Amino acid sequence: MTPSKNLHEFFYNVDNDWYKKRLFGIMIAIFVAFGILSARLFYLQIIQGDHYFKMSKNNCIRIQRVKPVRGLIFDRNGKLLVENRPSFDLSIIPCDAKPLKQTIDNLSVYVPEFADEIVEKITKNKIGYGYRPVVLKKDIGRDALAPISAHRFELPGIVIDTNARRNYIYDALSSHLIGYLGEINAGELKSGICKYKEGGDFIGRYGVEKAYDRYLSGIPGGRIVQVNANGQVVKVLDTVAPEPGHNITLTIDFNLQSLAEAQLQDKVGAVVAIDPSTGGILAMASSPTFNQNNFINGISSDQWHRLVSDPNRPMMNKAVQGVYPPASTYKIVTAIAALEEGLIDENTTYYCPGSYQYGNRVFGCWKKQGHGKVNVVEALAQSCDVFFYHVGKKLGVDRLAWYATNCGLGSKTGINLDRESGGLIPTAAWKKKRFGISWQGGENLSIAIGQGYNLVTPLQLAVLFGAVANGGTEFKPQIIRSIQTVEGRIVKIGNKEIIGRLPVSRDTLNLVRKGLREVVHGKHGTAHWYVYDKEIDISGKTGTAQVVSKKTEKDNQNKKNNVSYESHAWFVGYAPTENPEIVVSVMVEHGMHGSSAAGPIAKEMIVSYLRGMVGNSTVMAEK
Amino acid sequence: MFDRRLINYFDWGLLGITLFICVIGLVLLYSAVSVDECPLQASIFYKQVLWYGLGLAIMSFSFIFSYKHLDKWAPVIYIGSMALLASVHLFGKHAGGSTRWLAIGPFTLQPSEPIKIAVIIILARYFAHNVQKTGITFRRLLIPMVLTAIPFFLVATQPDLGTAGTLLLIAGSMALFAKIDRRTLICSVLIIIVAIPIGWKVLEPYQKERVLTLLAPDRDPLGAGYHIRQSKIAVGSGLAFGKGYMQGTQKKLSFLPEQHTDFIFSVLAEEWGFAGSIFLLFMFLLLIAFALNIAHGCRDSFGTILSVGVAAMIFWQVFINMGMVMGLMPVVGMPLPLISYGGSSVFTIFIGIGLLMNVSMRRFTKQ
Repeated sequence: MTPSKNLHEFFYNVDNDWYKKRLFGIMIAIFVAFGILSARLFYLQIIQGDHYFKMSKNNCIRIQRVKPVRGLIFDRNGKLLVENRPSFDLSIIPCDAKPLKQTIDNLSVYVPEFADEIVEKITKNKIGYGYRPVVLKKDIGRDALAPISAHRFELPGIVIDTNARRNYIYDALSSHLIGYLGEINAGELKSGICKYKEGGDFIGRYGVEKAYDRYLSGIPGGRIVQVNANGQVVKVLDTVAPEPGHNITLTIDFNLQSLAEAQLQDKVGAVVAIDPSTGGILAMASSPTFNQNNFINGISSDQWHRLVSDPNRPMMNKAVQGVYPPASTYKIVTAIAALEEGLIDENTTYYCPGSYQYGNRVFGCWKKQGHGKVNVVEALAQSCDVFFYHVGKKLGVDRLAWYATNCGLGSKTGINLDRESGGLIPTAAWKKKRFGISWQGGENLSIAIGQGYNLVTPLQLAVLFGAVANGGTEFKPQIIRSIQTVEGRIVKIGNKEIIGRLPVSRDTLNLVRKGLREVVHGKHGTAHWYVYDKEIDISGKTGTAQVVSKKTEKDNQNKKNNVSYESHAWFVGYAPTENPEIVVSVMVEHGMHGSSAAGPIAKEMIVSYLRGMVGNSTVMAEK
Repeated sequence: MFDRRLINYFDWGLLGITLFICVIGLVLLYSAVSVDECPLQASIFYKQVLWYGLGLAIMSFSFIFSYKHLDKWAPVIYIGSMALLASVHLFGKHAGGSTRWLAIGPFTLQPSEPIKIAVIIILARYFAHNVQKTGITFRRLLIPMVLTAIPFFLVATQPDLGTAGTLLLIAGSMALFAKIDRRTLICSVLIIIVAIPIGWKVLEPYQKERVLTLLAPDRDPLGAGYHIRQSKIAVGSGLAFGKGYMQGTQKKLSFLPEQHTDFIFSVLAEEWGFAGSIFLLFMFLLLIAFALNIAHGCRDSFGTILSVGVAAMIFWQVFINMGMVMGLMPVVGMPLPLISYGGSSVFTIFIGIGLLMNVSMRRFTKQ
C-alpha cells in the first residue's frame, strides 16, 4: 500500500467505529420518538382517560349527513314550476330502540295505517344492533306525524327526519322537458359519477332534472353530534353546512306550455315552439304525458309497466325522440335545392294534371283533379306533389340529401335532452349499405315530397323553419335561460349558439318564404282555411305523412281496422312573417290532415303568444 | 451455497420477537373482526394466518442466499420492481378512489408495499459504494434522489400518499445515516424551505384543500376529523389497563372503518389500556433495537446500511401509524407492521426481517 492510499483511507474510508457512532445517534433518535408516543399515550389514557372513557361509554358521537336542498326550476318569466316540499320519513336506530319488539308494537298502535309495512320492513331487513338509522316508511304525512311526535318518549330509537321531497307544482306540466327524479341505484353509486350522493339520495332520471343534475343537486354537509341514550341529539359538536343546488330558469313560457298541452289533450303527438332569434324553446309538449309526482315515492311496478307498455308511448318525448316522415314540409328543402342548383327559377312552371307517370308507375298528386300550371311559389302554397316530382327527378337523391343535411336534418340538433333522435336523410349509398339494393329512380320522386325513408323530429323542423324565418341561421335549441345560485349569482347563461346556416341565397330564401306565406294567405293555400288570421301574419307549411302506402290505407279503412294506419299531420309555421318571434312545429300522430289537425293548434299557439295574452300577462301577474 | 454452520449463528432472538408481535397481531385481529357474526369478517382472520405462513416462507427463502449477492442484483431488482409498479397504473385494480392493486389469480398484490424493499436495497448499494467520513456531497446525492423520486411519483399518483411518504422517509434516513456533507445538508434544507411555497402556488385549490386536511383533520370534520375523534376516544377510554379483551365498546360499534387495518392499534389501546399499549410499543422498540444491533455487528458497509434501511422502514411505519391513531399525525394509509391486516404489508415486513437475519447470520463469514 502506498502512503497516499493510507492517508485517503484514514480521512475518507469509513470503519466499524464510525458506523457505531452513527448507529448510536440513530438509537437516541428512536428513543426520543418512542418517548413521544409513550407520552401521548400517557396523556390520552391516564390524564384525559376519564374524559374519553365517559365519551365512549355513552357511544355518543355520531355523524349525521345533512342533505342539500335541490335547486328550483322556473319558467322564463320566473314562475315557479318545481319546488321542494317537506316530507316526514320514519326511521329506526336499532341499537337505541330497546326493547325492539315493544317499540315496534307501540309504533303499530300509534300509526296503525303503516303497521304492516313497518313489520314487514323490519323482518325483511333483519335489523341488527347498528347505530345507523333504517328507514321504515317514507313520507308519512302530517296526520301520522302528530301521534308519533306526541309519544316519542315511548318510542326510543324512533326518529322522524324531515327531508325535502321534489314537488312538481303543476301535475304533468312539461313532464318530458323537466323530467323527474329517481332514487340512485347501486350501479350509479359504484360508477362514482355523482360523488356527493349516497344510497337513498335522488338523481335526475329524465329531462332537465337529469341533464342538469350536477347543477341542481348541491353538495351535502354534515354534523358531528352527541346523542343521549335514546339516540336523540344532545349537542352538535361540528357542522359543515350543505351547499344548496342551483336554481334553473327555463326558456319555456308557462302559459304557452299549458296551452300546448291543452291543445294536445286526447291526441298523440308533439308541439315545439321556438324563439327563432335565439333558439330558446318557448314550449315543448308531447302527448300523452305522465305525472312526474308519481315517481317521487317510487313508482309501483304496475304503474311503470302501464306507462311503458302503452302503445302511445307516454314516456317518450316525441318532440325530440319521435321520428316521422316530414311529408310536404320537406318540400321547402326540395324547393331550396332546386332553386340553388338552378334547375328552376321563380318563373319555371310545371303542369299538374293530378298525377305523374314515371315509367310504368303513376305517382298521384294529393289533389286528384290537379293544380294546373304552377310555379314554385304556387307549388309550395298548394303543396302540389307533381311539381316536386318533376324537380325531384332532376335533383336525384344525393343532391337533395346534401341540401337536407345542410338544412340540419338527419343529425341531432344538440339539445341537452336525453335520447334525441337524429332522424334520417337517405342517400343512394346508405340504401345500398342498409338493404343491399340500389336506389330506384322512382324513389327520387317520393323523397322529393318527404315520403320514403326520410325521417325527422318535430324539433328538427322547428329549427329548420326557424332558420327560414330568421334569414337562414340555424340556432341550437336551448332549454336553459340561466342557472343561478340561491343567492342569485348567475352560474351559467343559455347563450344562443349557431349550429349552421341554410345553404341558400337571399333570393331563394325570399321565394320560399313567399311560398310559405301563400300557404296561409293564398286563397288556394293548403292552410288558409285553418290557420289564416286577420291580424297576425302567419307563414307555414302543412304536411300529411302517409304511414303506409295509399293502397294499404284504403284496405284498412275498408276493414275499419284500428286508427294507426291513418296519416300523421304536420304543421310548421312562424309569425309574424316579417321579423318573426315564434316558430311552432306541430305533429299529430294519425291526425289525418296537416291543415285540419295540426294547423289550428299552431294557429292557437301563435296567436295567443303574439297577442301578448301569454308572455306579458304572467309578467304582470308576477309583478 | 448454504453453509450448515450458519445455523449456529441464526438469530433466534429476532425471530422470537417477530413471532411474538405476530401473535399479538392475531389476538388483536380476532377481536377487531368479531364485531358481528359475519362470515366475511371471520375469513379475514384466517387469511391473515395464511399471510403469516406465506410470509415466513418468503422470509426463509430470503436468507438462503447471502445478502452480499444482492449488491450485484440490486439494479435488476430495482428495475423489475419499477416495472411492476408501473404496471399497476396500466392494469391496476381500482378500489376506493385509487389504483393500488394488481390482481394475480385470486389474490391481489399491492406492489407499493414490497417496493420499499427494492428501494432499500438499491440505496444500500449506492451508499455503500459512496460512503465517506466527510459526508456525501450534493453531486453524489443526485442519483439516490432520482432512484427515490421514480417510485415516489409512481406511488404518489396511485394515489397512495402514505406509502409514498414512507419511501421518502426511508431514503432520507438512510442518507442521513450514511452522512451527508454539512454544506449539502444545509443547502438541501434551504432548498426545501424555498420550494414549499413555490410548490404550494402550483397546486390546484382542491389539492391544497387535501393537503390542508391532511395536516389539520379538523378541516374535514365529516371524514378524517371524525376518524381522529373516534380513534382518540377509543385510545383514551382504555385507561390504565383497558376494558378487557373483546370488550371494546368503540370497536364493537365499528366507529372506525379501518379498525382491522390502519386503526388496529386503537383496538389494542382500548381493550388493553396504557399497559398493553406500552408493551407493544416496547416490543417494536426491541425489534428496531435488534435490527440496529445487527447493523452494528455487520462488518461491511452494504450489510450495515441495508439493516439500517429495514430498521428505518419498520420505525417510520410504527411511528406514523401509532401517531395517526393517537391523533398526532395526519390520517394517511399506513399499516402497523406485522399487526395490521393485509398480505402485501405482512410480506414486505417479513422480507425485511429475512434480510436482517441474513445479515446477522453471516456476520462472521468472509466474502
